Amino acid sequence: TAICQSITQLMMWYANNAKYFPPPSTAKDQFQEELVIKPLHSGDIYASFQFRTQWDTDFLLGSKVSHYRLFPKSLGQVISKFSVRELHISFTQGYWRTMQWGQPFLPSPPGAELWVWFQDTVTDVDLAWKELTNVLSGIFCASLNFIDSTNTVQPSASFKPLGVGNVTDQRFLRYAVLPREIVCTENLTPWKKLLPCGSKAGLAVLMKSEKLFHSSFHSQALHIRPVCKDWQCKSTSWELRQTLNVVFDLHTSGQGKREWSLFKMFSRTLTEACPLASSSKVYVDITDNPQLFELSPATPLVSQAVVLGDGRTYSVYDLTDHATFGQTHSLNVLLRWRAAEREMLRPLLHGERYVAGYGLQTGEIHTLVYNNHPYRAFPVLLLDTVPWYLRLYIHTLTVTSKGRDNKPSYIHYQPSKDRLQPHLLEMLIQLPPNSVTEVTVQFERALLKWTEYTPDPNHGFYVGSSVISALVPSVVAMDTNNTQERPLFSSFFPCKEESTYFMRIYTEPLLVNLPTPDFSMPYNVICLTCTVVAVGYGSLYNLLTRTFQVEEPSQGLAKRLANIIRRLRGVPLLT
Amino acid sequence: MAKAGQFFSSGHTNNWAVLVCTSRFWFNYRHVANTLSVYRSVKRLGIPDSHIVLMLADDMACNHRNPKPATVFSHKNMELNVYGDDVEVDYRGYEVTVENFLRVLTGRLPPSTPRSKRLLSDDRSNILIYLTGHGGNGFLKFQDSEEISNVELADAFEQMWTKRRYNELLFIIDTCQGASMYERFYSPNIMALASSQVGEDSLSHQPDLAIGVHLMDRYTFYLLEFLEDIHPSSTTNMKDLFKVCPKSQCVSTPGHRTDLFLRDPGSVLITDFFGSVRKVEITTDTINLTAPMVHLEDTRPVRELRTEIQTYMDQLPVAEIIHQKPKQKDWHPPDGFILGLWTLILLVFFKTYGIKHLKHIF
Repeated sequence: TAICQSITQLMMWYANNAKYFPPPSTAKDQFQEELVIKPLHSGDIYASFQFRTQWDTDFLLGSKVSHYRLFPKSLGQVISKFSVRELHISFTQGYWRTMQWGQPFLPSPPGAELWVWFQDTVTDVDLAWKELTNVLSGIFCASLNFIDSTNTVQPSASFKPLGVGNVTDQRFLRYAVLPREIVCTENLTPWKKLLPCGSKAGLAVLMKSEKLFHSSFHSQALHIRPVCKDWQCKSTSWELRQTLNVVFDLHTSGQGKREWSLFKMFSRTLTEACPLASSSKVYVDITDNPQLFELSPATPLVSQAVVLGDGRTYSVYDLTDHATFGQTHSLNVLLRWRAAEREMLRPLLHGERYVAGYGLQTGEIHTLVYNNHPYRAFPVLLLDTVPWYLRLYIHTLTVTSKGRDNKPSYIHYQPSKDRLQPHLLEMLIQLPPNSVTEVTVQFERALLKWTEYTPDPNHGFYVGSSVISALVPSVVAMDTNNTQERPLFSSFFPCKEESTYFMRIYTEPLLVNLPTPDFSMPYNVICLTCTVVAVGYGSLYNLLTRTFQVEEPSQGLAKRLANIIRRLRGVPLLT
Repeated sequence: MAKAGQFFSSGHTNNWAVLVCTSRFWFNYRHVANTLSVYRSVKRLGIPDSHIVLMLADDMACNHRNPKPATVFSHKNMELNVYGDDVEVDYRGYEVTVENFLRVLTGRLPPSTPRSKRLLSDDRSNILIYLTGHGGNGFLKFQDSEEISNVELADAFEQMWTKRRYNELLFIIDTCQGASMYERFYSPNIMALASSQVGEDSLSHQPDLAIGVHLMDRYTFYLLEFLEDIHPSSTTNMKDLFKVCPKSQCVSTPGHRTDLFLRDPGSVLITDFFGSVRKVEITTDTINLTAPMVHLEDTRPVRELRTEIQTYMDQLPVAEIIHQKPKQKDWHPPDGFILGLWTLILLVFFKTYGIKHLKHIF
């Protein structure tokens, strides 16, 4: 460990002094980091980290890439080996409460979600998918190897590529979600190690697991996609975005006081920017200021951005500027509330899902989609993946809005195959303004084989979240120039039109109980013993007490009546 | 005699550790804490994560019943967090099964298994195997749904020996009646320790009133205390390890088995199994670190620029989706074709075997 320590010290020295080694002028990779702090109306606070590495290289050319600087080598090898065009993976603990917190910058469902677009040169997509999930399970210390054909689907219209390109043959897309997957420090550790500065410098020093997991919502994700290299967009470069979204609860982390600071949230303050980053910024949402809260230390930089269809104002702290850290060489952003909150604007799109019914045989899945816009209607694409052991009766599928039937303009249904494939249901529904659309479908629960039950079957079985993709009308005009320099949090989903923006929301996952046999030993022992005793005792009793008697065959009806009359008369009977 | 001793001196070049917790559910918190405390000691003494296969059957740190998330404590009053900030669990949750455990030991894993989940040991590796959970006379329970028996374990070790997958093996087990698990070993170079004899129960140490469960088992608690005093260059030997947790502290009688081990336990260092061998090369050349970095030019040919402008995709192309062509169905021959084919076959059949059979149909 002495050698280890000295090597670490050497690397730290190099990292600290890297600014004296200017990056080569022909450097093709750059790294940006940012943190957005957004106070929420319920008193909680939402922090979103984004780390972006952009690298102008070609993984898929013949010659192998061998010199990695900022881009992590393990991911580069994954991309080139499996001919990946886009990879999106997220690990989430908790459920995003849209009605209390508004819309997230980057949505993610509870559990683990993985969707991948492969290049069109891949011949066997399923094999590549299986090997990719195994490799990723090793990289992220997660049980992604449980992704197999029973929970993988191939959506036909959702999950279009988020990077540049023009080919959308959905045969090269695979989507899987594991709602049961737990996120803990063992997933955060390898995720942090993929950052160029690790967790030693820059914004990643704030990521202390004891604080991050003591929150209402924690989501870490990784997105790899090809993006435009520059504003002309004649060639592409690879972009790796690592995002971490966390919502700290007012009462558990904030002790009920409406005062938040970096130290209170993360138990650390910022001391320097990552030396390898070309930009390192902290944004604080001050759109509702100055009446609402007091922000210290003061900063002259203010930036406007259009995020989620709304124009917001942010105070910016630039960490590459030494003056930001002041005399104490540390930055602790402090927000102190002055006034009471106004009512939050209702989010335009909101989804809910629940299971109705009783008993362990049948049930009904209800999905509710709310359109809270007063006069605009917009289309949503609903994607449902239901495991095979809930047998959906698609003939009972109903879609109603405002009490009337609402026929979807596009339905794609792929029925399940037992133990092979899940159900896939995709529908394009037009939501009328200011309405609730309800999608119901009945199902029947299957009885699994006794080896297919998990070790804790009475917990229940999870059904993954529904995905609702929508083009929502925006309040302000969106900027359709996707190649301009914008804060990272506002440039994730590409924007094609000025008046609408793309949004994806996830409903709750469902937890259903399947008819579970009693796996307890006493029950099995009683059954077995009683069977043996009954069969054994019964045979023995028969052997001991059974005697054989000759019995005459029964006579016909006429003869029987005649015999009755003869008996009455006292005359011998007929045979 | 000296020659024989030399022949059997420890010639290991690398160290591995396989640490398994086999219990599920919140009330078995102590088994996860046991495994993590051994993990912590082993990492502290030098074995890197790439050489540790850590299997935890349930998640206690981020369990919703844990009042302090992302922590697993071993001492009451939350003194020592054995989970830490830098932990890599290789097998977790439902993946911890008897089959996976035996596959890891014998190396017979599917080809797509990543490196971090494999035990890539060779014939010069010293392996530490630690198991904890609920057990009985001759078996260890995995996740409340299956068991591994001592015979299976002994056979797995024999497979490892014949495949030359270990140099020396230290087996530690902390369960009830743990000594029964090492009774059946028959491969050479195995040393085994257990927390209790056959017929005895291993007991847990102390509960923490804030967390509400017992935090550690007694044997592993005193083992952790013993290991906290060991540093990478200490010369404590195995005989001191056998003395850990006497009956007065443990209530059960820990046992050990050294008859299969070729070296004398007094000459075996603790760090032979819990620490890691490091190869250090001393160099007398000085390296100049202040010279500016010379950037190597990228010698690969530059791609020619494509002239068409690339664009981002439309995320929800409504018109395109509505008019999407239906998916290609599997090709079926037309119905009339099959009917005609069967008629042909029947006619040929009746033609060859005689026309008289046709009478029965028409």
